[in-house]
Amino acid sequence: MNYNWNWSVLFEQQYFDWIISGTLWTIYLSLAASVIAFFLGSLIGILRTLDNKILNFIGTTYVEIFRNIPLLVQMFIWYFVFPELVPKEFGNWLKQDLPNPEFSSALFCLGTYTASRVAEQVRSGINSVSTGVGSAGYATGLTTYQLYIYILLPIGYRIIIPPLTSEFLTIFKNSSLALTIGLLELTARSNMIMDWTFQGFEAFTAATVIYVSVTMIVTLIMQRVEKQTQIPGFIRQKT
Amino acid sequence: MIKNFDFDVIIGSLPFLWKGLQVSFYLTFLALIGGILFGTLLALMRISNFKFLQYFSMTYVNFLRSMPLILVIFWFFFLIPLIIGRPIGGFYSAVIAFTMFEAAYYSEIIRAGLLSVSSNQVAAARATGLSYSQSMIYIILPQAFRNMIPVLLTQAVILFQDTSLVYVVSLRDFMTASSIVAQSQSRLVEMYLFAALIYFLICFTFSFMIKRIQNRKVVQ
Repeated sequence: MNYNWNWSVLFEQQYFDWIISGTLWTIYLSLAASVIAFFLGSLIGILRTLDNKILNFIGTTYVEIFRNIPLLVQMFIWYFVFPELVPKEFGNWLKQDLPNPEFSSALFCLGTYTASRVAEQVRSGINSVSTGVGSAGYATGLTTYQLYIYILLPIGYRIIIPPLTSEFLTIFKNSSLALTIGLLELTARSNMIMDWTFQGFEAFTAATVIYVSVTMIVTLIMQRVEKQTQIPGFIRQKT
Repeated sequence: MIKNFDFDVIIGSLPFLWKGLQVSFYLTFLALIGGILFGTLLALMRISNFKFLQYFSMTYVNFLRSMPLILVIFWFFFLIPLIIGRPIGGFYSAVIAFTMFEAAYYSEIIRAGLLSVSSNQVAAARATGLSYSQSMIYIILPQAFRNMIPVLLTQAVILFQDTSLVYVVSLRDFMTASSIVAQSQSRLVEMYLFAALIYFLICFTFSFMIKRIQNRKVVQ
């Protein structure tokens, strides 16, 4: 193996800045997309557990569509196709006036895609609450809305903390797809350093270390959260 | 909008897209075989009694699973020519990258499958005089694989979707082919919607069939 090692390249001002800004973009994008995925995913997941054929159908269709199209294709559709399909003025605004269109496209893409996966988790969380609990809730006079807000969701969410954590980590990894539409996140930056300096080993190692460390930190934090929120008497699920 | 929809560009490029789709299928097939083989090996290491093998497998799997696939692809496209000393072409580099990446996910599925077989079976197999490797090959793995078939197939659909990421190294699979047509003919709307439709039809059909296999198993 013929390779000129030069780890100091990572600490040259320009490349160091690239790595930092790449990392920050990756983190911003993942956090913002998680918020969308959590709320939209919860909504879709709840739709699928309600006793209503039409709402079930809407939820199921959403999940099937978003799960069966590769994320990369979805990314291109949000970025290239969506502005063309909406009314002209709105499309022009998206293309010309929206600040940082790469970021917002990637954000909606990751958010809506992950929502379909979160929906499945939320649904299984709600379904795993015993039906007796639901009946008891109705018997005390709660409306369906109250039943979900006060009983089913608080229990369901606590059960699905481990799978939700891995969904968040999936967003974090999937955010690298934003490089295909030109967002300079961590993977894109490391590839740029490789192109500019030919120090691929150092550049990719830096990115790998950052991805692995963030994954480890998030996993550790969520293990603590899971312990804190554990419901006595429920068996803790293993990831 | 639909008025301006140009179907001719899709029809005209069908032979080119079909070539790309074949590359996607072939890549999926090879990475699936490779991933299951290497994944089985990793899973066997993980449940073996050797501390070193256990740690090796655990580190490998956790490491690969916390990395984005695109970064893994970049790594292998950079490393393979460096290690072998000459480039081996984009397709085989992609096969290796996907095999190594998917193996980490397959090994977790296979490990769960192995653990689902009762440990009494190992004891019984050993009691009849089979060696450890014989009892694994003839008794445990066949049963484990039967339990795992739906999950393995679901992962294969995910793998098929993931192969679209070879776009980042310009390997001409279905995704890259669609994108080449889209850019050269300036027909991005048509081509990307068409690509989405084709991927959807393939993945949805497979997922549907997997669900049927799963339901049939439940009845038994």
